[in-house]
Amino acid sequence: MSKESKKVLANHVLLPKTPTGITGLDQITGGGIPKGRPTLICGDAGCGKTLISLEFIVRGAMEFNEPGVFMAFEEKAEELEMNVASLGFDLKKLQDEKKIRLDHVHIERSEIEETGEYDLDGLFIRLGYAIDSIGAKRVVLDTIENLFSGLANQTILRAELRRLFHWLKEKGVTAIITGERGDGKLTRQGLEEYVSDCVILLDHRIINQISTRRLRVVKYRGSIHGTNEYPFLIDQEGISVLPVTSLFLDKEVSEKRIPSGITALDQMMGGKGFYRGSSVLVSGTAGTGKTSIAAYFASEACSRGERCLYFAFEESPRQIIRNMTSINLDLQPYVDKGLLEFHAARPTMYGLEMHLVNIYKSIKKFKPSVVILDPITNLVTVGSVSEVKGMLIRLIDFLQEEQITVMFTALTLNTAVTEQTDEGVSSLVDAWLLVRDIEYNGERNRGMYIMKSRGMKHSNQVREFVITDNGLDLVDVYLGPDGVLTGSAREAEILKEQTSKVIKTNAVSRKDREISRKRKVLEAKIASLQTEFESVEEELNKVYIEEQLKDEIMAKTLSEITNIRRSKAEEQETQIRKKK
Amino acid sequence: MSEQYIVPGDNDDYIDKNKAMYSLRLFVTGASPNSIRAIANTKKMCEDHLNGRYELEIIDIYQQPEMAELEQLLAVPMLMRRLPLPERRLIGDMSDLNKVLTGLEIKA
Repeated sequence: MSKESKKVLANHVLLPKTPTGITGLDQITGGGIPKGRPTLICGDAGCGKTLISLEFIVRGAMEFNEPGVFMAFEEKAEELEMNVASLGFDLKKLQDEKKIRLDHVHIERSEIEETGEYDLDGLFIRLGYAIDSIGAKRVVLDTIENLFSGLANQTILRAELRRLFHWLKEKGVTAIITGERGDGKLTRQGLEEYVSDCVILLDHRIINQISTRRLRVVKYRGSIHGTNEYPFLIDQEGISVLPVTSLFLDKEVSEKRIPSGITALDQMMGGKGFYRGSSVLVSGTAGTGKTSIAAYFASEACSRGERCLYFAFEESPRQIIRNMTSINLDLQPYVDKGLLEFHAARPTMYGLEMHLVNIYKSIKKFKPSVVILDPITNLVTVGSVSEVKGMLIRLIDFLQEEQITVMFTALTLNTAVTEQTDEGVSSLVDAWLLVRDIEYNGERNRGMYIMKSRGMKHSNQVREFVITDNGLDLVDVYLGPDGVLTGSAREAEILKEQTSKVIKTNAVSRKDREISRKRKVLEAKIASLQTEFESVEEELNKVYIEEQLKDEIMAKTLSEITNIRRSKAEEQETQIRKKK
Repeated sequence: MSEQYIVPGDNDDYIDKNKAMYSLRLFVTGASPNSIRAIANTKKMCEDHLNGRYELEIIDIYQQPEMAELEQLLAVPMLMRRLPLPERRLIGDMSDLNKVLTGLEIKA
């Protein structure tokens, strides 16, 4: 929980609390169990009462410097030591360091004869001595109900228990009392009537052969607390309680965008990609390339130098790496560099909660900026739809808090309505990509839509999603007269278009040539006419010139003749006249 | 079985207990009413039934709280028969004499 929300709680609550140190429990209770008061933890056998209370003591001693006394009515100290050694708790060492004190109370009815009035002062003194000897702040009584099997006089016992809880309060120790669950009651002996401040109920249920432990804060006087049932887990590191949802919806949001690894897809979202810290769902029928999209997203993150955690529920890491090389995507270098980490597990390997905790823990450890879950559909095999949804809500919650971008892939069935995923998470996610088979013309092609993308402009167009040897790409689908065309139909249509274009240009150029040829013919004709004209003209000119020349010459000759005549004119004339 | 002659070897324990030395410890808590009654009752019982063959140690666990864990104390007052073995434990103010005697196997 963020510091802020803690502050909010602190403002409301005056009740001082003691942190248990148990992952998640402090979150649900808003800081821990009531300080200086007894808390009752009840549940069936084997649901983890002893462990949760022991962890309370150990964490108190190790993390909060609060020594604690563990009074066991069931198990011996050595048994306890052994039981929790697997969790990495060294009780012996803690006891030597006087940080904790284990006290096994041995009760055997057959060894005890009751001979009149008695009280439990022995227990009080013993507990008081243990508390004082190490200055304990925490006390666990596990399981005090065993007293009822050891001592016959219930009247005395009940009165003494009342006194004990009162005494614990006076001592100012924060106590946990465990009790077996009874029929229709929280505890078999009705301990809840003595412990009225805080009651936590543990439960162990098996649904579909998968067991889930759950925890519920039944009652917490004077404090806000989560009222739901929270699944919890016992693993190598102790108990982890997982709040289904955080109590507050006040996460930080980022304005930053990160590319999806497919340029054309980014362009559909305003050219920038997804918001950092958002959740993306890729859904589609089988074989539509969901894993490829996820792998591209992962590789993109790694190429930026960010860490990516890939949870594979279907394929093994090697398989994914091998398969991705076929579309020109080599993830191996990122794995080698430690930027990409695969976590592969069959969904049926363990329950949903275990999956979730595994995811939590790996994320906490690896600190990725991108997380991929591929696919979430298979989780349904281990839980009901609502459980899976609950789990994913928690996961998305957690990831958003950590500002981690998450991509889920989900398989939709052909028969099912494609507008809704089986997991019902589509409403939770920020962006939803739908890859869909478009069956047409005897082949199947992939079409991609952006169903939603919160807070950004996104394309409403269907794109054809193509997977080639060179990688993924989105192509504009061809909108022909018969509707959307994809795949070879699209190719054919494009080809047809190209052909007609070529033919058209061809036709055009032929006409051009024709024209130029005609022009040339015409020009040639013009030229010949011109020549003809010239020759005619020349002919005419020749005649004319000749005529002129003739005229000139004649004129010349005439004048010459005239001149000559003039000289001989008279005589000539006379001669002529004479002749005449 | 109490009145008849006991064949040795058949009921060894019984014979032993009738003659054996009783080592008793009574754990009390200060001067609480139960403690006072228990002390009085135990002393009387010892005088009446174990005359001369018993030792009684009265321990106030307020004074020796470490004894509480050591001796697995829970309900007090508690009378512990340390000898003869096996160890027996009786709780209460010892007002029910019959139960005390049965419990300590002094009288069948």
